[in-house]
Amino acid sequence: MTLDAHDLVLGYGGAPVIEGLNLQITHGQITVLVGANASGKSTLLRALGRLLRPQAGDVLLDGKAIASLSTREVARRLAILPQGPVAPEALTVRQLVAQGRYAHQRLLRRWSADDEASLASALEATGTSDLASRPVDELSGGQRQRAWIAMALAQQTDLLLLDEPTTYLDLAHQVAILELIAQLNARDGRTIVMVLHDLNQAARYADHIVALRQGAIVAAGPPPQIITEAMVRTVFDVDVRIIEDPVTAGPLCVPATTLRTPALQPHRP
Amino acid sequence: MISGVRIRLFPAPAPGTARTPLVLITTSLVGLAAFVVTLGLGEVTVTPVDVVRALIGQTGADGAFVVTELRLPRALVACCVGAGLAAAGVVLQGLTRNALAAPELLGVSAGAYAAAIFVIVLLPDLPISVLPACAFAGALAASAVVYGLSWRRGTSGSRLLLVGIAVTTVGYAVVLGVVSTIDELIHASQLVTFMAGSVYGRGWPELGAVAPWLAVLLPLVALSTRDLDALALGDPVARGLGVRVEAARLRLLVLAAALAGCAVAVAGPVGFVGLMSPHIARRLVGGAHGPLLATSVLLGATIMLIADALARLAFAPVDVPVGVVTAIVGAPYLLWLLVRGRTNPE
Repeated sequence: MTLDAHDLVLGYGGAPVIEGLNLQITHGQITVLVGANASGKSTLLRALGRLLRPQAGDVLLDGKAIASLSTREVARRLAILPQGPVAPEALTVRQLVAQGRYAHQRLLRRWSADDEASLASALEATGTSDLASRPVDELSGGQRQRAWIAMALAQQTDLLLLDEPTTYLDLAHQVAILELIAQLNARDGRTIVMVLHDLNQAARYADHIVALRQGAIVAAGPPPQIITEAMVRTVFDVDVRIIEDPVTAGPLCVPATTLRTPALQPHRP
Repeated sequence: MISGVRIRLFPAPAPGTARTPLVLITTSLVGLAAFVVTLGLGEVTVTPVDVVRALIGQTGADGAFVVTELRLPRALVACCVGAGLAAAGVVLQGLTRNALAAPELLGVSAGAYAAAIFVIVLLPDLPISVLPACAFAGALAASAVVYGLSWRRGTSGSRLLLVGIAVTTVGYAVVLGVVSTIDELIHASQLVTFMAGSVYGRGWPELGAVAPWLAVLLPLVALSTRDLDALALGDPVARGLGVRVEAARLRLLVLAAALAGCAVAVAGPVGFVGLMSPHIARRLVGGAHGPLLATSVLLGATIMLIADALARLAFAPVDVPVGVVTAIVGAPYLLWLLVRGRTNPE
């Protein structure tokens, strides 16, 4: 299972957002796309998942142009979860996750034992089995996101593309979702490509980081090698110091510019 | 009866809808009871027992002729119209992800109606059986216009309704223009009754015109319910799941236009059945479109049956158009939906 981008040009009608981008997703790893707002990271992910047709160039899934494959064929090999999806009223977790089986079903032969098994294992893997009969719109943000990930897992694909899976979640739930994703990679060997906003979370969970600025790749590689003060300044326009993450010994970025230094706040308890 | 057969047309419900069988059985029983009781009501009253005896063909039942020859075809047409409009409502609401989408509000019914009137007046010799096809063409044109003008990466309720009102107005203007060219007043007044939505005087020929359409369209919609389920999650999610979004949406739009078209062709633009039935059904069985469609169709048929009985009986011997009854019940329901929508932005 390979996923590559060749001379990719992407846009939404106007000037291209991304021009001439090349990228190879490494099998069995977690690749994280990072960049400032409007750097093109979500656009790139959408193109990799065939939600966006390239203006030029190709996304190759197992060597074949993804645009030439049928929507169903792509959905059987690659699951993509867009950012901030909204479930309709009164839909239960089980009903949501069952939709992950769409591409595996036929017009007349519908819910099979295979479908049921995939559904159960997706619920199990995301810890949502107990929530199966609850309406999605009544869940907490973290539970809801796990349900959506379960839906993508039910597609039973090796490739999982996630667009900012931790948006709108509080810190505890962000960590829980990222741990879940790491587990899906480590235990099941799924290849994961995701967009993350937080560079430190990217540094901790990525095997491979792709940093984008204005639609071009500025740096790509394992976090310890590519997360440098110069790279962060280029990509995010911010001065940082890089220290050792006390938990993982990986890189940890701390913004270097602030007015709120302890010396300026004498009354702070 | 007809509702009992119809259930089996639908596939097994999607997982996670334990209440669905109970709701379907109850709705069918209520519909069946309404069918038998309303067939017995009217100028000649027939007991439910005698109605059943007449229906199963026992000779010598009291009022058998009234039941099987006068009231039965009209009741069946009412059921078909209600079922068609309700199914169109389910499809349109799912397609637009908008709870206010319904054939009568989006101008689909008006388009169908204008085309039907056009044909009736200009080509009076055409057989009734081709009328649904003409109404379908009108419905398709109207829904294409509404859809094209109101779709901007999704639809907002107010824009849909506004464009729907505009198209409806144009449709009715066409109708009034055509009707005003007619010399015979009696003929024109019949057309105006038709405008409110009525199944007065409908018989076996009208049933023969509408029933085959439903027999084809309802199974096709049932096969599309999983597309509706996926589309309800938003276009990007649906595409990621493997849905060919544009193709599915086009197919569903055509199905909705055909359903509304065949209903309107025989009964005129009966209002609010296509809006209310899916709403009530959603409260009973949830949002999964398989159970939702089956329940809506049963409810739509039942609502039309009861509304038409009220229309026949309330001011007897004057036969009020059934559309007046559905509007009296349905318009406050729409207002309630809009008021509730204001406090709850979803």
